[in-house]
Amino acid sequence: MSRIADCFSKLADRQRTALIPYITAGDPQPGVTVPLMHALVQAGADLIEVGVPFSDPMADGPVIQAACERALLHHTSLHDVLDMVRKFRADDTETPVILMGYLNPVEVWGYEDFARAAAAAGIDGVLTVDMPPEEAGGLTAAFRAHGIDAIFLLSPTSSDKRMEIISKSASGFIYYVSFKGVTGANRLDVKAVADKLVEVRKHTDLPVGVGFGIRDSESAANVAHLADAVVVGSVLVSKIAGLTGTPDAIPGALADTLSEMRCAMDGIVAGS
Amino acid sequence: MSIMRLLGAEVVAVESGSKTLKDALNEAMRDWVTNVDDTFYVIGTVAGPHPYPVMVRDFQAVIGRETRHQVQQQAGRLPDALVACIGGGSNAIGLFHPFLEDSEVAMFGVEAGGEGLATGHHAAPLCDGKAGVLHGNRTYLMEDPNGQIIETHSISAGLDYPGVGPEHAWLKDSGRVVYDSVTDREALAAFHEVTRVEGIMPALESSHALSYAARIAPDMDKDRIIVVNLSGRGDKDVHTIAAMEGITI
Repeated sequence: MSRIADCFSKLADRQRTALIPYITAGDPQPGVTVPLMHALVQAGADLIEVGVPFSDPMADGPVIQAACERALLHHTSLHDVLDMVRKFRADDTETPVILMGYLNPVEVWGYEDFARAAAAAGIDGVLTVDMPPEEAGGLTAAFRAHGIDAIFLLSPTSSDKRMEIISKSASGFIYYVSFKGVTGANRLDVKAVADKLVEVRKHTDLPVGVGFGIRDSESAANVAHLADAVVVGSVLVSKIAGLTGTPDAIPGALADTLSEMRCAMDGIVAGS
Repeated sequence: MSIMRLLGAEVVAVESGSKTLKDALNEAMRDWVTNVDDTFYVIGTVAGPHPYPVMVRDFQAVIGRETRHQVQQQAGRLPDALVACIGGGSNAIGLFHPFLEDSEVAMFGVEAGGEGLATGHHAAPLCDGKAGVLHGNRTYLMEDPNGQIIETHSISAGLDYPGVGPEHAWLKDSGRVVYDSVTDREALAAFHEVTRVEGIMPALESSHALSYAARIAPDMDKDRIIVVNLSGRGDKDVHTIAAMEGITI
């Protein structure tokens, strides 16, 4: 069983919704990422999604684009991201790590070589935003051969046919994009998410995570009732953007935000 | 831009990334996925996700069909060579496409050589790029060894893009079309020459094709026919050229 499947199965036994923070690797500087990952786990992260910086992050809003730009100032490459995960793994062999990024850095590296290196670094899943599922056969085969889960996005516009194709290619979990738009936009409609998840679950038995637009403890708690995982990105990354001058303060600040969300999701009122 | 506004368009400047054409494409795609219920994505070149490259090619192919009709009427035969500038490659594919099966017609696609291929400051992915994926298509790109898209340079805004339509990538690999480049300086010289000698002010984009035609013509017999696609007019470039040459308008 993959680390991701194992994680979701344990969470299901405890009736707990997974909390998945997203950070961009190397933002605002390379040394921050590994300590930040450990702090997020301490604060209640069940899995971690690590963004691979890309020059043209088309599916992302301004917050994550700016994070990519900060990371690319230091030339953070896909190789560097794997090194960071390898370092994280030295002290944490349990928490699943998912890479989220765009296809071109993987394309340039080569599917097979990248999959082998990613597995060796301790990466459990990879989401390549701009790889159409219809054309992903070679990539998912390389991932499968090295025990890496291929994570795919579904959205409010996904047709039955698309959902069927993705349910056949995906493993680990399915990532549902909660609205039509880019990361960080303020467009979450919990009722619409609930309705579409019913459709999605007709096509797959995999856990379903919901992301894009989870902005605070309240929205995290609302989505936690519907989904198997809640993905939080831009709200954390915007905190990093405010702390670029004091990078040592980043792990603590993000941990505070994440644990508030964790408490809200678990129905614990903060401070009580 | 003033003309676009006069025609009723709302023009939105791109503030993200390198603030060039590729960033404008990113923003257009972001707007599209956000407003997909009531918005069409329309692209002015043969790049992007399928079926856009095919759609734009088929629309642009009126250029090649008209060329074929006129040249047969006027010369009674097909041309010997076709020359067109390439940014994304729409005017070129439009001219080339109806002639692809005619092996006697040579084709030349001219990319923006910027300050020269050796300087790295150019926009010539077919001449000096590598295969990759951007904006939903697999093609030749200007990219660094880690797969990050790098900034391009050309005197001509319409050619200043790090990718190229995927059908051009295929025509390069198959050898059917020859792709080469012309520098900023050479394009500018062609702009001036055609403006003064012919009284036709070509766009800086098209000036690349004109410069290349002048490069290949001396090696051809006098009765050969070269068709150059004068894909745009230079009125829009007058301010750019004046600024470059230190002229106050």
